[in-house]
Amino acid sequence: MANEQATDERVKEISSFRRALIRPELGGMVGTVAVFTLFALFAWDSGMFAVQGVMNWSIVSAQFMIIAVGACLLMITGEFDLSIGSMIGFAGMMVAVFGVVLAWPMWIAILITFAICIALGALNGWIVVRTGLPSFIVTLAFLFILRGFTIYIPQTLESKTIIGGIRDAAEGDWLGAIFGGKVGRGFFQWLGDMGVIETFQRGTREGQPVVDGIPTLIIWAIVLVIFGHIVLTRTRFGNWIYASGGDAEAARNSGVPVNRVKITMFMFTAFCATVLAVCQVMEFGSAGADRGLLKEFEAIIAVVIGGALLTGGYGSVLGAALGALIFGVVQQGLFFAGVESSLFRVFLGIILLAAVILNTYIRRIITGER
Amino acid sequence: MTQPIIEMKNIEKHFGSVIALAGVSVNVYPGECHCLLGDNGAGKSTFIKTMSGVHKPTAGEIVFEGKPLDFADPRDAIAAGIATVHQHLAMIPLMSVSRNFFMGNEPIKKIAGLPFFDHEFANRVTMEQMRKMGINLRGPDQAVGTLSGGERQTVAISRAVYLGAKVLILDEPTSALGVRQTSNVLATIDKVRKDGIAVVFITHNVRHAMAVGDRFTVLNRGKTLGTAMRGEITPEELQDLMAGGQELASLEGSLGGTV
Repeated sequence: MANEQATDERVKEISSFRRALIRPELGGMVGTVAVFTLFALFAWDSGMFAVQGVMNWSIVSAQFMIIAVGACLLMITGEFDLSIGSMIGFAGMMVAVFGVVLAWPMWIAILITFAICIALGALNGWIVVRTGLPSFIVTLAFLFILRGFTIYIPQTLESKTIIGGIRDAAEGDWLGAIFGGKVGRGFFQWLGDMGVIETFQRGTREGQPVVDGIPTLIIWAIVLVIFGHIVLTRTRFGNWIYASGGDAEAARNSGVPVNRVKITMFMFTAFCATVLAVCQVMEFGSAGADRGLLKEFEAIIAVVIGGALLTGGYGSVLGAALGALIFGVVQQGLFFAGVESSLFRVFLGIILLAAVILNTYIRRIITGER
Repeated sequence: MTQPIIEMKNIEKHFGSVIALAGVSVNVYPGECHCLLGDNGAGKSTFIKTMSGVHKPTAGEIVFEGKPLDFADPRDAIAAGIATVHQHLAMIPLMSVSRNFFMGNEPIKKIAGLPFFDHEFANRVTMEQMRKMGINLRGPDQAVGTLSGGERQTVAISRAVYLGAKVLILDEPTSALGVRQTSNVLATIDKVRKDGIAVVFITHNVRHAMAVGDRFTVLNRGKTLGTAMRGEITPEELQDLMAGGQELASLEGSLGGTV
């Protein structure tokens, strides 16, 4: 018995090609190829695939990616965060309040904002873990609580719902530059000089390239995706994330600190939302009370397109990143293609449905669930 | 015989006014399969939960490897080498076999000073252990959900053994399984026993108990009705003890001796 090598006749051999194909990210990959093919066919001449166009949808996709990474890991842990959107608005407002209204140095304002938001994420997680309530309900409460404060605070302090002047306040600030700066300026200038990319022909920016650098927002997105992917697939903590979402009771029996994992993931989701919020206020130069509206659902949609299971225990950060890419490309692509922008939602709904159906099918093959 | 690895002396457990265990004494030797039989409500679950550190006994003493034991929580028991395999709460179907195998005890490999999950090691060990137990996996990344119920129990048992269990408590591992799968699990129990591990096998199926058991202890209404060696007792006698005698005897008559 011990040396029995014979294979079970009922275990069908799966070809390596099919095996390579069967991945949680497959739905996202197919969707990405489909979307790019579609827009390449119908919007090639629109400038969508010129440098400026690429930068345009890359930025939008990167915004989705940043929050999708957090939402993805949290969903695999078996929880939701519906307060992501409100957290984005709240975090942006905090930066404005500390950095502009109180006129503290921008880097202090940003660090304090991160501390507050991560603490709020921990509070979310703590309530979920301690009460055993569905995170859906707990974070729905925070959706309203945080949004309420985001409107109340600037109205009380400044009698308005938008606080500007952040760009001036962040001028020359080292931490502000990490969120709102651009990298590779020299390289893009060189590309412009070489004629690889277009340059402005007149005006104050004459001679400068139309795209003068990669916003740090995109760098943040890439770094977070790689970080999230490595943590999930290559670390002990990643195994705990899967286990906590797959079956919390079984995980506890095996000695996995489920509560700690869940609270940490709520904190990470809050961190991601705050990264996006700070990038946004640095880019716009103002914080608005309506920032981040509906972002929680957009993040969840990107994650689900990416192959994650709504009930937890299964998913992929790379898939979620592809979901975010699809989201960004479709949103901006329809604009480039000159399609009525309201159709964006129709298109998105169809992609969501198709990707989820495909993902469910793939997952059944992988996991043997029936 | 050698020293018992674990001795439970006069264990009593009260939940408020309910007396779940009224003085149960059981000892288990290394390399034996000790079957704990009893009908529903006999106190089997309470007893094994006491043994595995979930409950603290109201009275009585637990001696493990010759020393009195006082577990604060189940993790202490696991660390000491007392592992419990629960009927359902052992494996996560969505995760791969190797991820399940090392869940909570992931092997670590340092790369540039950072700790990473050593997948190579985990995969190799999982395949080795599974082959030892007679399960042919397509690959270590195969999801547990694709395994049968019996195979899942076997994975859980071999995981506990690999992680250093000296006493293995199996809580009704065969109750939800088919005939073929049951015999696979029983064969696994036999292998584990031969490695010198003490197995406590909880069941209410006399035939499963007779197949692998060395000694049999019957629990009824929170008390032991005695321990019998293999060959000293017939399946019919065991069955009668479990059901508390009488009633089943008359029932059996009407069913033609099929129970």
